[in-house]
Amino acid sequence: MKLLVIAGPPSAGKTALTKQIVRRFKDEMKIAYLKIDVVKAFEDVELNREFDILTKKVYSGDLCPDHAGVMVLGDAVEWAERNKADLFIVESAGLCLRCSPYLNQGLGIIVLSSISGIHAPEKMGAMVALADIAVVTKIDLVSQAEREVFIQKIKEVHPHIGLMETNALQGTSLQRLYQFIEKSEDIDKNHLVLKGSPPIGTCTICIGKKEIGWDHHFGVIKKLDGQIADYLYRGE
Amino acid sequence: MIREITVLPGKDKTGSLENFSEITLKAGETISIVGPTGSGKTAFISDIELLAQGDTSTGRHVLINGQPPSDELRYDPAMKPIAMITQNTKCFADLTAEEFLRIHARARKMHDKEIVYETIDLANKFTGERIRKDMKVTVLSGGQTRSLMIADAIMIGAAPIILLDEIENAGIFKQEVIRLIQNTGKIVVFVTHDPVIALLTQKRIIMGNGAVRKVLSQDESEVRAAQNLIELDKRVGIIREKLRAGHVITKEMISVNFG
Repeated sequence: MKLLVIAGPPSAGKTALTKQIVRRFKDEMKIAYLKIDVVKAFEDVELNREFDILTKKVYSGDLCPDHAGVMVLGDAVEWAERNKADLFIVESAGLCLRCSPYLNQGLGIIVLSSISGIHAPEKMGAMVALADIAVVTKIDLVSQAEREVFIQKIKEVHPHIGLMETNALQGTSLQRLYQFIEKSEDIDKNHLVLKGSPPIGTCTICIGKKEIGWDHHFGVIKKLDGQIADYLYRGE
Repeated sequence: MIREITVLPGKDKTGSLENFSEITLKAGETISIVGPTGSGKTAFISDIELLAQGDTSTGRHVLINGQPPSDELRYDPAMKPIAMITQNTKCFADLTAEEFLRIHARARKMHDKEIVYETIDLANKFTGERIRKDMKVTVLSGGQTRSLMIADAIMIGAAPIILLDEIENAGIFKQEVIRLIQNTGKIVVFVTHDPVIALLTQKRIIMGNGAVRKVLSQDESEVRAAQNLIELDKRVGIIREKLRAGHVITKEMISVNFG
């Protein structure tokens, strides 16, 4: 089974891209799809209705959605394999930009809208830096020069990323992406690990203390003005 | 070296195959694409811009010098032989004109520092509203953005193929644009509703329902017609400027004798 993990900020065009991929491969592969989101998601119902593929969704609720993704992905891979899927597509919520949901196997795809602001590629950190492929969407809305400037910015974050541009609603110029997917190797589910390192998860904010200010928290050692150490967090 | 590009037929909006075997555009040639709104003009030049390989909404294929383009030509912005100016007159990049051009020059692997200033100077030849290097591109007017993009296509894009989508619509000096990019040995394609531009190009492609309907070549009588039309256009231009400046337009100014 092949695995695609699709990440990117809300409204970048992840689902529009997913639909193009499903449309292209649905006749030659059995496709399973998992959507991870926080509050509400409709993509699973939409994709199931439109293409009659296996879909599932999970809401992370109060848990960080990337954290939720890591926890459920093991079961989800089992689910997709049990249903004899040839291609498993995971669409992440893509919110806080600290982490990236990509695994050491399969393909990690970052979806970026060409109107998302010129500094977006740098701000998105690991989500861009650890991706295999970047798909730039909404290219019909900006000038070619601006597209090239945006792509240059992505390349400066990740010089070897596979880059492609598309109008995801129409699915233009995605042939190269389809070739990447065709060539990607089947995963070995017993050796799946995250590509990026997860965040430190033991600070007093993370465990739910609501008080604000320096007196109530440990772990975080940088004040708004001036700092005690180079880094933001001090463990026990 | 790009000698020619070839467009192979795709499908119209109802899915029928287009009625031509191939259209070849040669270096040094000017081409206009005409037809009603929604007839597929922009899609036609987008196919050229994306070097379509059956993977766009029209299903057309585009060849360079008779061959399918390499992945490098298609996907590496530094290698891309095509510069396109679209109808979009809005920039979203939060950068000054200078920063924007500098990053684009870097994307195109140009290291001459002066190129950025030369580009802004050229852009100012196309627009009456002065562009300064420290202006954010997000606040430029439609005419300024279009002028900057055309200058960028000529200087930094420096591409052998230039695609211009309705340049007449953005308050720029179109005659100046045409004068500066013709005779450069480039393939220049205009999508246009402007009869002057359409008549000045050597080839005219007529679109309808998403497909190429006809390809016409410029003939002698049309060249003469174009000369008359340019005169007329200049006079319309003068009246436009007078209107903008708050003058009252008299009947004498617009008396026309078509002979």
